[in-house]
Parts: sequence; C-alpha cells; structure tokens
Amino acid sequence: MLDSLLALGGLVLLRDSVEWEGRSLLKALVKKSALCGEQVHILGCEVSEEEFREGFDSDINNRLVYHDFFRDPLNWSKTGEALPGGPLGALRAMCKRTDLGPVTIALDSLSWLLLHLPCATLCQTLHAVSYQDSCPPGDGSPVGKVHVLGLLHEELHGPGPMGALSSLAQTEVTLGGTMGQASARILCRRPQQHPTDQTQWFSILPDFSLHLQEGPSKEFQPQSDPHIPLVDPMAHLTFNLHLSKKEREARDSLTLPFQFSSEKQEALLRPRPSQATSHIFYEPDAYDDLDQEDPDDDLDI
Amino acid sequence: MFPELNNLLNTTPDRAEQGKLTLLCDAKTDGSFLVHHFLSFYLKANCKVCFVALIQSFSHYNIVGQKLGVNLTMARERGQLVFLEGLKSAVDVFFQAQEKPHPLQFLREASAGNLKPLFEFVRDALKPVDSGAAGWTYPVLLVDDLSVLLSLGLGAVAVLDFIHYCRATLCWELKGNVVVLVHDSGDVEDEENDILLNGLSHQSHLILRAEGLATGFCRDVHGQLRILWRRPSQSTSQRDQSLTYQYKIQDRSVSFFAKGMSPAVL
Repeated sequence: MLDSLLALGGLVLLRDSVEWEGRSLLKALVKKSALCGEQVHILGCEVSEEEFREGFDSDINNRLVYHDFFRDPLNWSKTGEALPGGPLGALRAMCKRTDLGPVTIALDSLSWLLLHLPCATLCQTLHAVSYQDSCPPGDGSPVGKVHVLGLLHEELHGPGPMGALSSLAQTEVTLGGTMGQASARILCRRPQQHPTDQTQWFSILPDFSLHLQEGPSKEFQPQSDPHIPLVDPMAHLTFNLHLSKKEREARDSLTLPFQFSSEKQEALLRPRPSQATSHIFYEPDAYDDLDQEDPDDDLDI
Repeated sequence: MFPELNNLLNTTPDRAEQGKLTLLCDAKTDGSFLVHHFLSFYLKANCKVCFVALIQSFSHYNIVGQKLGVNLTMARERGQLVFLEGLKSAVDVFFQAQEKPHPLQFLREASAGNLKPLFEFVRDALKPVDSGAAGWTYPVLLVDDLSVLLSLGLGAVAVLDFIHYCRATLCWELKGNVVVLVHDSGDVEDEENDILLNGLSHQSHLILRAEGLATGFCRDVHGQLRILWRRPSQSTSQRDQSLTYQYKIQDRSVSFFAKGMSPAVL
C-alpha cells in the first residue's frame, strides 16, 4: 500500500512525531517519483538544500527542482536574493504551470507553512494545487496528475488546523512503530469509495529506497549498548557466590531433612534397636534448689 | 565541562561534531548544569562563543565556570566570548539611545515583535573576522534560556524563526553549533512553550532532557538525563538512539550512572 501512495494523486499528508521522523519517508517517496520520470519540486523550508539532497545519486538530484526557503525565508537579510512572494508565492506559481506532465510537489514542511501562513489561505492554495487535474485548462488538453506530499509534525498543531488539512487530503500516513521498527498507518479516501485503513511496516534503506516488511522484524535485537558502563554487581562481595567442585558434589549428595525418601520410610518402620543416643548434661548451680514439687520456687518474683 | 557527560555523548573538545543544533530541556528540575557544561566545553574547544544569557548575571556563570576550569572574564577580554547579559542590557533598551536596534528591542514593542535585532547581534558577533588572526575553530551560540522569551511577550513562532535563522547562518553557513535551553512546562498547560519545545525537537540533532525523578526529591540521585540522538548524518543508522542515565550533581562535577546503580544504593 505504501508504494502505491503516489498512484492516487492529490494531497498526501505524512504525519510524523519527534520520536518517528518522517523526512526519510518523504525523501523515499520523492526518489520514487523521480525514478518514474515525474518532475519533482521541493519547497524546502526546514533543512538546507545540501541536507535534503544528501543520499540521492546524481540522476535523481538532476530531476529535483529545489525552491530554497531555508536560508532566508522572511527576507531578513534584505539582499534581494529571497524568492519573491515567499513560499506561498512559489506554491501559487505551481498552480499556474504551463507544462502538463505529471508532477510531484514535496512540502518540507507543511508544518512550517502552517505556522507562518493563515490556515485558510494555506488550505485554499493547497486545494488549488492538488486538484489541478480536476479543472483542466480551457483548451481541453489533459493535465498530468499532481501529487502533493506534505510533511506535517503532529505535535505542533491544534485539532483545528489538523482537521482542516485532513479533510483536504486524499491520503494520510501517520508514522509510528515499536522496538525500533517503523510503521505507517495509511488512511486513504478515494472518491465514492469507502476509506481504507491499513498499517504497513517498513524501513528506509541508506539510498532512500523503501523496503516493505510483513511485520516488526523478528531479528531485531536491542544492540548491547557500549555506552552503559558495565558495572559488575558480583565484584567486591563479602561472601562467596561460587562453589568449588567438591563443595558442589557434597551439596548434591545431601539429603534434605524433610524429604520423605524410601530409606527414611524403612528406617521409621523398622523397630528401633536403641533409644535416642542424645543426652542432656546438667550441672546444677550452687544456689539451685532442686525441689521437685515446685521447680520454680527459687524464682524471686 | 563534565568528563563523564563527554563519555556518554562520545565526544571531546577536540573532535566535537559541527553544524549541529543541541536542545537542552528540563522538566521538574533545573537543567542549568547542562548549560555550564556546554559553555566550558566549547571554550575549551577553542571556539568563538556567543552566549545570550537571559537568566543569570555574568558573575554567576563566571563563578561556576571557574569551578569547571574556564575563566569567562579572560575569555571575554581576548575576544573568544561575546556575552550578552540580558538582565543588565534589558535596561539599556530604555535608557540608552542606540544607532541601530538593541538586541532586545522587542521589549519596547507593544505588538508581537520578532528577534531580528537579536539575530543580527549574534551574526555580527560570530561572523568570521577577515584578518583571521584569532584562529578560533568554529562559532557557537549558547542561549539560556528560550522559555523566558515567551514570558517576555514573544510568540513561539518568533522564537522558532530566530533559531531557524541561527541554524541557517551558524550551523549551515559557518559550520558552527547552536545550543539552547528550553523549559518543559510538563503538567502546566502552556501551548506556546509546547510548540516551541516540539518545534525545536524536530530540528535538533541531539536532545538532552533532564527530568526530576518521578518519585520526588532524593539526596543521592538528583535526576534523570535522557539523551536522544536524532537525524544521524550517516543514513546507515536510521533509527534514532536514545539512552537514559541518572545523575548526581556535586560541587565541581556531575556523576552519571545507569538507572538503579547509584553508588548510594549498591
């Protein structure tokens, strides 16, 4: 399901969190689009162009058109290098594109746009960009599919803007996972069909290819951590925890006192040849008064 | 700097990573020991440091710095340390006429301002000097702390924009580092602080989170430190790495140990 996200067109929301970041998935989907021959536009607001392009090989990098809003998004440097109109202007310009092939627009990130632009304006622009193919230009020529991938950081926005963007999106992918294995919950709304909800386990390879998995990887072992100082609790004890071979043998051959073995049963049933051989030796003290009738008479109470 | 913390972070002043944003946050405890650590760490690494100190006075940081082996007064005199003492210079906004906007100019503005003057102050303090005689390794910005800017009337987005520009100029352009402290309000509902903390968490390469113990105050264990490495530069280890240690702050050092392994308990 994850690899067919781009088949649908429209707005795809990639919702990530601090613990499960979504930029690698965004880059994997961008790579997929580029390999399919689509034109890819990146609206880069959060990371530098070098960092975004890192990990892609040159033929993919050549297909990416990067709009850099990382260096000076608010025009503080006033050098005039900033792209006119800011990110919103760039998005609007994409609505009016003249070439009609399929195109993918990656927004890195939609959260940045949502924090800096009014929600309604952003939603209107996103709607205009995403649904271009439903409103073909006047001359009736077919328009290629538009895919808009928006990276959204869940914790930054309230339920209002999130709800607005959800209702605008064709597909929502929420990132999560357990035990080091990432998963994507894909909620897909196709027109005139029931929405589908699936969870897909996946991992991103170093070259940003998407590797789908059946379930959480069973081979995943928490690696022994070199950072935790290995304190041996067995060191510096005042008692002996280990047994020597002789001691172990002696311990093993010991019969427990209350274990009812067959030897014990025989011994009890056999008539005793002699009485108990234990004696109590008592030497009366000097002031002891051995009065048999009242043995406690000498107590001074 | 605390040698044990350097071991946990697998770094030394000689071979620290560059171009990184480190986020320090504290919840139910005081995380300022981390600020003192990084201040002395980067001064020992021979970096040019710009310290925006909004919480304490210069002498406070100097006294603690001397316990950790750095002399802030000398660092300031030889030009290695640029110190913006927020408590003192905030008054200058009102009582001293300046040609260009004061770094804390937003204090004068009635409506929600931005931190462009502060950014320009930081940029001018850390931009490489053309003569190149000083020979500092790379620039570092340290801010203590960002939550107080929210209390002074700025919005979370304005503070995020300031850090964005600092990242673009210092981390990306000048290959330096940025270290900021943000308080986590925890139970108290503070939306602006949460937006600031989460927004910075997404941008950070390293998050150090000092938390008080859930069971309350303890004499031998002062708190718990969670270390989260994000955005590894090598794509081979995609999974972020997270570690947790407990710590005890002493007069001149901080000792770290695994959970439950405090020497007082063993």
